[in-house]
Order: sequence, then C-alpha cells, then structure tokens
Amino acid sequence: MRGLNSVLNIELKNHLVKMFPVRGFTVEENRGILVIQADASDLVNLMNFLKTDPLCDFNVLIDLTAVDYLHKRTQDKRFDVVYMLWSTATMQRIRVKVTVAEGLEVPTVSGIWKGANWPEREVFDLFGIVFSGHPVMERIVMPENFRGHPLRKDFPLEGRGEEYLIESIMIHPPDSGSGSK
Amino acid sequence: MEGARHLPGGVMRINIGPSHPATHGILQNIIDLDGETVLKAVPVIGFVHRTFEKMAESYTYNQFLNCTDRMNYVSAPMNNIAWTNAVEEMMGLTIPPRAQVVRTIINELSRITDHIICNGVLGVDVGAYTGLFYLYHYRELITNIQEKMTGARLTTTFTRVGGLEMDIYDGFADDVKEIIRSFPKILKDFEGLFIHNRIFIDRTKGVGAIDTATALSYGYTGPNLRATGYDYDVRKAYPYLVYDQVDFDIPVGVDGSAYDRFLVRNEEMHQSLRIIEQLIDNIPDGPFQLDDYHITLPPKMDVYTKMEELIYHFKIIMDGVIVPEGEFYSAAEVANGEIGFHIVSDGGKSPYRVHVRRPCFWYYQSFPELVEGGMLSDLIAVMSSLNVIAGELDG
Repeated sequence: MRGLNSVLNIELKNHLVKMFPVRGFTVEENRGILVIQADASDLVNLMNFLKTDPLCDFNVLIDLTAVDYLHKRTQDKRFDVVYMLWSTATMQRIRVKVTVAEGLEVPTVSGIWKGANWPEREVFDLFGIVFSGHPVMERIVMPENFRGHPLRKDFPLEGRGEEYLIESIMIHPPDSGSGSK
Repeated sequence: MEGARHLPGGVMRINIGPSHPATHGILQNIIDLDGETVLKAVPVIGFVHRTFEKMAESYTYNQFLNCTDRMNYVSAPMNNIAWTNAVEEMMGLTIPPRAQVVRTIINELSRITDHIICNGVLGVDVGAYTGLFYLYHYRELITNIQEKMTGARLTTTFTRVGGLEMDIYDGFADDVKEIIRSFPKILKDFEGLFIHNRIFIDRTKGVGAIDTATALSYGYTGPNLRATGYDYDVRKAYPYLVYDQVDFDIPVGVDGSAYDRFLVRNEEMHQSLRIIEQLIDNIPDGPFQLDDYHITLPPKMDVYTKMEELIYHFKIIMDGVIVPEGEFYSAAEVANGEIGFHIVSDGGKSPYRVHVRRPCFWYYQSFPELVEGGMLSDLIAVMSSLNVIAGELDG
C-alpha cells in the first residue's frame, strides 16, 4: 500500500519479533506493508497487544477477509484469515494473517473491535470458517438454508441448481394447514 | 372507542423493508416497537448479494470493472477508478497525466452525484420533498457528461487498466464549467432550505449520534466518520491521482448525528467543486492511456491494418493484463468512505482472490446501536443519513 512509513516498519518489526518469541510467529515486509503470520491460538493476545501497545497503536480494524489456497498448499494450511489494522496516530497499516485448516476454528476479535462482527459472519458464510466466541455465528449474505460456501475454490461456478443449493425452499408446505383462507 | 379496547399491548414487531421507500434499496430491518420507541433493531442483509468476489476469480482484471459499477451504483465511476488504481498500483504503473487529471475530475463529479442523492433523499425522508428537485437537475447534468464520456448513464465502466476507455469528448470542459458556474448558487439555496429549518433541525440534530471512538471501532470511514469530528480522508492520508497537487479542505462535524452528516456531505460538494475548478483548465495534453500494448488496447485502426497490433489486441482480450504474483491492498476514498481492494494474484489472467472492503458493510452494522431507544421516525432519518447503498452493502 502507498504512503506507509518504511522506517517505522523496521522499528515495528524489531519490536514485534522481540515481544512475541513464539513458534509460528513471523513478521516480514511485503510491498511496503508489514505482514504478521501468527497462530490462531495467539491471535487474541496479539490483537490486544497491537491495539494497546504505545509503539504499535493499531487501534482500528479496517478490513477482515479470508483466502482459500486449495491445491496451492497442503490441506492443513488451506485458509488464510487476513486482518488489516490501521493506526490513526501514525497512519501506518499492518496485515495479520492466520492460517487454518478446514474445520478448525479461529477466535473472534469482535470483542476487541465491534466492527469485526459482520465481516467474521461474512467469512463464515462464504468460506465456512467458524469464529469461536462470536455472538451470532450465522450466515449473513446467503440464505440460512443455503448449502455450501461459495467462495471456497471447490464450489463450482455452475452445475448445481438452486434446488440442490437451497434446502426446503417452501418453509410452510401448502397442505400443512398453516395458510390463511 | 369500542375497538381500541381490544388492541393488544406489549411489543409490536414490524418490518422496514426488504422493499420499503425508506430503505432506498433491498434490505430489511426487523424492528421491535414499544409504542413508537424502538426497542430492538435487527438488520437483515444479502438481498442484492451477487458474489462479485467469486465472479472476479474467473474474470480478467478489466472485466471485473463491470462488477464494480454495480456496487455503489449511485456513483459508479468512483468504484471503477478505485479498482483500476488498485490494479495499477499493484503492477507499479504510473498512468499518463491526462488520464490522472480526467479521473480526478470525474471522481469528484461522481462524489457530487452521490451526495446529491444522499442529502436530497434525507430531506425527502423527513418530509421535505422540494430540496431533492433543486439538486436533481445537476445530477442529471453530470449523468449526461457520463453518457457522453462512456455511452452509459449509470453503469459507466469508465476506466481501463492503464488509463481511460477513450479520450474525453470535445466540449467536456464546457459542460463541466457550466456545472461549476451554476451549481454553487443552487447548492446555497438548497442549504438555505435545510440548515436553519426548524423542522429539519428537530428531526436530525442529535439523532443517531455516535462518538469518534465507537465509530472507529465499527470501522467507520468517509463522511460518517468525519461527521464525528475525525478528519480522516484517503485523499489526504494516502494521496492518489493528483489529490496531492490540489487544494481542498476536509470538513468535519461535531457529534456524528444525522444533521452533522448532512452538513459534512454538503460541504464536501463545495470542496469537490473547488477541486474540479483547479483542474478543469489544466487538463494536460498527451495520451489518455499508457502506450504499452501489453496493458492497453492498440488503436482500432492499427488493429485492422497492422499485424503486431492485431496480435496485441487478441492477447489482451483473451489473456487480459498480467498482474505480478502476490498480495496487495489498495484504498481509495469513494462517496461512502474507504473502499479497499484486497487482491491476491497468482500471475494468471484472473485474480486468485479479490476482496472488496465495502464501506457501507462496515458502518451499517452499528445501525442497532444508533437507533435503539429512539423513535421510529428517527430511525428513518438515521438510515437515510448513513447513506446505505444496497449494492455496496451486499457486494
């Protein structure tokens, strides 16, 4: 991203590597932005640290999404959940990535930023990644009775009709007697 | 009255939407009411969800422009510009100065169209129909410019990676100057109808207020964040196009209420005019797109008559623009706030993954917090002043 401070990036990198001497934690610069790779188990700690530490001060969650790397990586590293943080004090941005396998959960950050609520639901809806501790882990943009998660790479662009994709379209069958006369 | 005795008491549940005049699009709000007081509001979204992010994975980078049109359809060129900027930034391209200036002018004209709709319709929703028609003529003039530019009035697909679709038409500057000349007076008249109007102030001042810290926690950007008093604008914070070469101010509000959002948007229209005024006489001569046929289409006449150009034309149509492998995020300021394109490329003709940070989607989740405890009529004003565009909300 344009307009980021590369000197501050180096300072932050040294600071973060020192503060998180844990397995699976790496920091590197990629196209001008610092990218943190972390374990899902460290996520909430890390986010709290990034938000409150005076040097980091990344007080805003500006973007949250996921990427499916099916066929590009091994099955245990299938998804990346990607967080973009922004510091209103320094105007610096940082990207945090958590790699998860299919079926594993990621802790929610909606307790740290209220705004994480809907984007996490969207990731759940479109990728099927469950965020543990989330207040309403339900679909948000697709219908509740939809089968599958469209943004997964193994979800085909065509081939299955809505009869397969949406279970029981009729919520009240006409002969159930609930209809008015 | 005989009938009134049999009315049930307690909480009443009503729907605002999916198809309701006040939602200005297809979205639903399930409201629990106690009398006229809102106890609980639950937004239900997804009625316009088209999974553009999935479609992007089989489109070329230029084809995805059509999808960006249909996100914020009130100001489609802004999304086009934001998308091509993101792709160009990822590829490390610098487009010719003429294209940069024209993009900036069109960007600001589109911002005006978006704010005209938002502020005009806020008036309509609180019972003042006249204001919208004061401004609507100017939206029409700008839409005419878009039609002359691109052939489309609404879904413009205005840019291409590496520049513009085509050069500006003769008389573009005159059309824009006509707007600069006559619009400020009408805008002042419009403000005169609202800013000191007692009824309008009663309906909007302090309604749906939010403080900066909460707004940032919800991921607010754009006019809604600026109305809380925080002056974040991508055009100033991370300048792109020629925004670092023009003078303009970032208007801010005080309490983040519907009234402040209205004032901020109004002042932004004045600032947009100021930006256009500085640029319209100084559109540089030169090419309107990069002279590199790996990125932009060759002139049609050469395609018909020359071998090399025909091959390049074919390659671009079939294979698209090749974006280097990697992951990239680029932000731009559209009418509702920061639009972000998170692109993952594997070096192929289509993006491996595109995520669009849609500003509406982030701030609309605060809707229950803004309206709960207030009156039902305030809810309408809040929804209108937030400027929720269903196409952008659902993506």
